[in-house]
Amino acid sequence: MKFAVIVFPGSNCDRDMYHAVTDALGEEADLVWYQGAKLENYDAILLPGGFSYGDYLRSGAIASTSDIVAQLKEHVRKGKSVLGVCNGFQILLESGLLPGAMMRNKDLKFICHHEDLRVVNHHSMFTTAYEQDEIISIPVAHGEGNYYCDEETLAKLKANNQIVFTYENNPNGSVEDIAGIINEAGNVLGMMPHPERAAESILGSADGLKLFQSIVENWRKAYVTGA
Amino acid sequence: MLQEPELTPEVIEEKRVYQEMGLTDEEFSTIKEILGRLPNFTEIGIFSVMWSEHCSYKTSKPLLKKFPTKAPHVLQGPGEGAGVVDIGDGQAVVFKIESHNHPSAVEPYQGAATGVGGIIRDVFSMGARPIATLNSLRFGNLTNGRVKYLFDEVVHGIAGYGNCVGVPTVGGEIQFDDSYEGNPLVNAMCVGLIDQKDMQKGIASGIGNTVLYVGSKTGRDGIHGATFASEDLTEDSESKRSSVQVGDPFMEKLLIEACLEVIHSDALVGMQDMGAAGLTSSASEMASKAGTGMELNLDFIPQREENMTAYEMMLSESQERMLLVVKQGREQEIQDVFAKYDLEAVAVGTVTDDKQFRLLHHGKVVTDVPVDALAEDAPVYYKPSKVPSYFEEYQAMDDYLPQVTDHQAVLKQLLQQPTIASKEYVYDQYDSMVQANTVLAPGSSAAVVRVRGYDKALAMTTDCNSRYLYLDPETGGKIAVAEAARNIVCSGAKPLALTDGLNFGNPDKPEIFWQMEKSVDGMSEASLALNTPVISGNVSLYNQSNEQAIFPTPIVGMVGLHQSLKDITPSFFQSNGDLIYIIGETKAEFGGSELQNILEKRYFGKAPAIDLTIEAKRQNALLQAIQADLVESAQDLAEGGLAVALAESLFSEKQLGCEIAVEGDLTTALFSETQSRFLVTVKQANQSAFEAAVEDAKCIGEVTDSKELVIRHDNQVAIKESVADLCDLWKGAIPCLLKSKA
Repeated sequence: MKFAVIVFPGSNCDRDMYHAVTDALGEEADLVWYQGAKLENYDAILLPGGFSYGDYLRSGAIASTSDIVAQLKEHVRKGKSVLGVCNGFQILLESGLLPGAMMRNKDLKFICHHEDLRVVNHHSMFTTAYEQDEIISIPVAHGEGNYYCDEETLAKLKANNQIVFTYENNPNGSVEDIAGIINEAGNVLGMMPHPERAAESILGSADGLKLFQSIVENWRKAYVTGA
Repeated sequence: MLQEPELTPEVIEEKRVYQEMGLTDEEFSTIKEILGRLPNFTEIGIFSVMWSEHCSYKTSKPLLKKFPTKAPHVLQGPGEGAGVVDIGDGQAVVFKIESHNHPSAVEPYQGAATGVGGIIRDVFSMGARPIATLNSLRFGNLTNGRVKYLFDEVVHGIAGYGNCVGVPTVGGEIQFDDSYEGNPLVNAMCVGLIDQKDMQKGIASGIGNTVLYVGSKTGRDGIHGATFASEDLTEDSESKRSSVQVGDPFMEKLLIEACLEVIHSDALVGMQDMGAAGLTSSASEMASKAGTGMELNLDFIPQREENMTAYEMMLSESQERMLLVVKQGREQEIQDVFAKYDLEAVAVGTVTDDKQFRLLHHGKVVTDVPVDALAEDAPVYYKPSKVPSYFEEYQAMDDYLPQVTDHQAVLKQLLQQPTIASKEYVYDQYDSMVQANTVLAPGSSAAVVRVRGYDKALAMTTDCNSRYLYLDPETGGKIAVAEAARNIVCSGAKPLALTDGLNFGNPDKPEIFWQMEKSVDGMSEASLALNTPVISGNVSLYNQSNEQAIFPTPIVGMVGLHQSLKDITPSFFQSNGDLIYIIGETKAEFGGSELQNILEKRYFGKAPAIDLTIEAKRQNALLQAIQADLVESAQDLAEGGLAVALAESLFSEKQLGCEIAVEGDLTTALFSETQSRFLVTVKQANQSAFEAAVEDAKCIGEVTDSKELVIRHDNQVAIKESVADLCDLWKGAIPCLLKSKA
């Protein structure tokens, strides 16, 4: 299985994501510069955290207009998986691949620490390696992680089981404690917490590794004959 | 736009315009002699910034020479962007600390932000990837409204910049004392990692080679920043807000990635960032170091504003700018790399053989001065020094012995002192984990960052207890170095080297210069004793406002190496049943202590004594015990003494308690700040091996699962408190002070 980690100007968790896949997970990955790349040969696309374009205009707004996002939409249409973390989640929201919007944290301060998350949907292609309602410890590091959507959207998210992770102690004011959601088709996950920072126990938690393992496992089931 | 009315050389001399720029009559005469003529307006501006204390170290140079700077593992000592130390496997660690005090006093957000940006550039200009930053901050009393504002904005500025560039802020320290009320200190340290073969230098060698300018355009911000940093802060300082630069961390991030790509090209000759005194210092220093000259055509300098004069361009301190020298004819290769990041690398000049610094603007030569006169021939002053009367008075005093009746109440009070209280409010705003290598995060005695792909890690810390330095700068200087090394050792690493951030008052005052001299003497002695040479640093003088000088604050930034990841040792107690040891005897030493601060609201008497031979011996013994897997947790005893260290060792997720017994005078046992002491826990199975390895260790109790801190004295319970309650006080103190009305 081959992962692409998209690097925008200002991305800063790109190498962390790359190493989580290559070192901790043991799969193949490329760091792919946002210009001039072809995504068709990759099985999964990872949008890393950071400050693409310095968060100018709005977090993720400028990156969402780049050519590579057009390719990304094609990739999504084919049913392949996309994971956006932190700024990657913000880019997915800005590009319309996921519903809702991100506001500044309720305390108007950047926050960085481990948070307990609840796996509220362990049936998604990103979470099958977790137990339902498992509590996992994953770091957050963001200034704008206060997820918002209107009631109609929220009702849909709930009805379709699109809420995947919630915070046990909501740190940022997100609606319904939402930490991560998938699209209706279930192949795009956006989340504020950083699973790539929780892929090795020496860094304080390896709870994020199962997320990447789920992606691989489900890809094998779908695409590798005999798997 | 207003066109600068160019003053003629004659007017500059007659009206002594140079004095406003910080030059003395004698310095002006020297410049006339060097040039053999009168300097013009641009030239005098250039001399004034290059000869400012900030760039020339003209006052501190005679002192800095005393520092030990060499050791077999030091690959680059002071003089380049940052120092470099060998860490094996063909790798090296690169680090430096720098102050941004004056800008932060006037415009705290940008002052702090650009301080972080500047020190990161110093590190990647060496070719190293920045892997961590630390900050050492000093403020006045947090009950003061202006201080609250400065504190909050400095923290926001560090967060705003550091989080965006993707370099984790892994540690640092903050202390609060009245002497910093009008003049806060903001010192930022950056640590980088490099393959030794990729080491760069800021040199302009190769006659005919091309000078490239990369990064942000030059604006009018920060003009005379270096000079501003070299004078006292006064009420007038507010009008110098325009001397403070504005940072763009996104641009910095692009520069980091582009510059670290460019270092792999053999077309690159040298690289330096434009820091203090901007284009002037980077260009002239690169040429001076290479023994060459440089000619720049200012018409080609990318400019943010219209009608900029040569003077403005040369003195601008606009941020996020780099100067590169590349081989003639190979400019395009380098320009292509920058183009990938939407950065323009503009050819602005050439390296010459005449050792002159020559500037052209609008077809005219606007500056033509010898390069060495700017960089190397700056005047050096040997300032008079005088023992302050307060020192003699304090030394003559009897030992200060505090009277405490309710030790439990005092412990609670100590935990709420802002200098001791949890700094979580601050470090929670910093991204301490980006790059996914942070093993021990802020809140530990030293931060630990692993070296990816190897069984080793780097420990880093900043330390300086300026109260001891105020009472006795020589002893305090020794303690500052020793404490930094203690923190490194407690984390399980061997101290390698240090960077010094010297912050003092006005050196023209003999008593202040004496503080500088003695501090440097003490630090030098400790650096030698602990084998941690000084490899880089920064001097910030004139830190006083309205005649009130700061406490002498030479901050020590130290880096150590873990030989193996298994050696990484936490400062928190780990398991129920572990034995608690104190290493080192405790004497009644309260001069400059936090207890003295609480009880007397001032500092007096003698600083705690330190014996560097004992210090080195204990550090070695503890490190060997850690490397032999005999130690579960380790912490040094610092402000607030044993009681505070015990409490802090319990403030973790582990939900533990402890029960210990102390002897002798209770106040001394609990709160004395005697040096060279450690608090260590050991598994019962390792008791005899540990005691054999560390001879000064004394078992005082054990870790329990009671979630209570219990201290016995003379068979009675002296302190018994819920750990959770103490932790709430400790964590709540700073947020509570910030919310209180001034």
